[in-house]
Amino acid sequence: MGLAARYLEEHGIPTVVFGCARDIVERCGVPRFVFSDFPLGNPTGRPYDLESQRVVVQLGLDLLASASVPGTTVVTPYEWNTDHSWKERIFTSTQPFLDAQATEKWLAAKEEYRQLRQKGEL
Amino acid sequence: MAVSHVRYIDKTRDYYRAEGYERAYEWAHFETIPFTPFAALRKPLAQCRVGLVSTGEVIRRDVDPPPDDPRRLVYALPTDLPVERFQSRKAAYDRYATTLEDVDSFLPLTHLRRLADEGVIAGVTARFQVIFSEYSQRKTLTLDAPAILHQMREDGADVALLAAV
Repeated sequence: MGLAARYLEEHGIPTVVFGCARDIVERCGVPRFVFSDFPLGNPTGRPYDLESQRVVVQLGLDLLASASVPGTTVVTPYEWNTDHSWKERIFTSTQPFLDAQATEKWLAAKEEYRQLRQKGEL
Repeated sequence: MAVSHVRYIDKTRDYYRAEGYERAYEWAHFETIPFTPFAALRKPLAQCRVGLVSTGEVIRRDVDPPPDDPRRLVYALPTDLPVERFQSRKAAYDRYATTLEDVDSFLPLTHLRRLADEGVIAGVTARFQVIFSEYSQRKTLTLDAPAILHQMREDGADVALLAAV
């Protein structure tokens, strides 16, 4: 996603990235970034919480106009939970990131991609 | 004291190493960042049409889902439908801590339409784009990103919001 934002920006379209993986987005380097310290999945506000969604989207629009330098990050004012243990548990062996079916699908897609690439079809 | 954000680069490296993957993924990294100042558009936000991109693998609920595309190319869906007509079929999110059941939490169509009604933005482009989270940075840069730019230009997008699930 960061690469796409950079590409649009290079071609004259100002962008804002919304995301929950701060280190990945900032390592890539995007012009404007609204960071939600939420679990991966809800970059534009808490599910079923219209107020937080409204605020996060507005932060992005404000950032569009206010950022004067590339690489500007704004952090949303929300905490997912007072219990932060989800941050410890993500990507651990006790919580497989993908379930078995999704893992199988992902591996098959990777292999299919490799073959298409080999045949010069991608 | 504020608790620090998750270090996904470190966590995924350790996680996949334990799964038997020897070589760590090389996350994209650039020293310089491109920048188009908003002022370069020479118009206020109220006159800007907003494009929207999602990694949410969004599909419509009200039509038969398309078959999986092995090429995982960018596709577009109309923005003028209620979010209840959409759903995500993405598996790669924190399924233990949250859900993707509320589409506005990762694809804020309801809010952008409201902002258009309020005159804060001129409108939303007719389509939003779905891009897959790709392992191959080459594919993102040579196929996906140009496809998004092409569609955004066709739809008259002045600015773009990209929401990464």
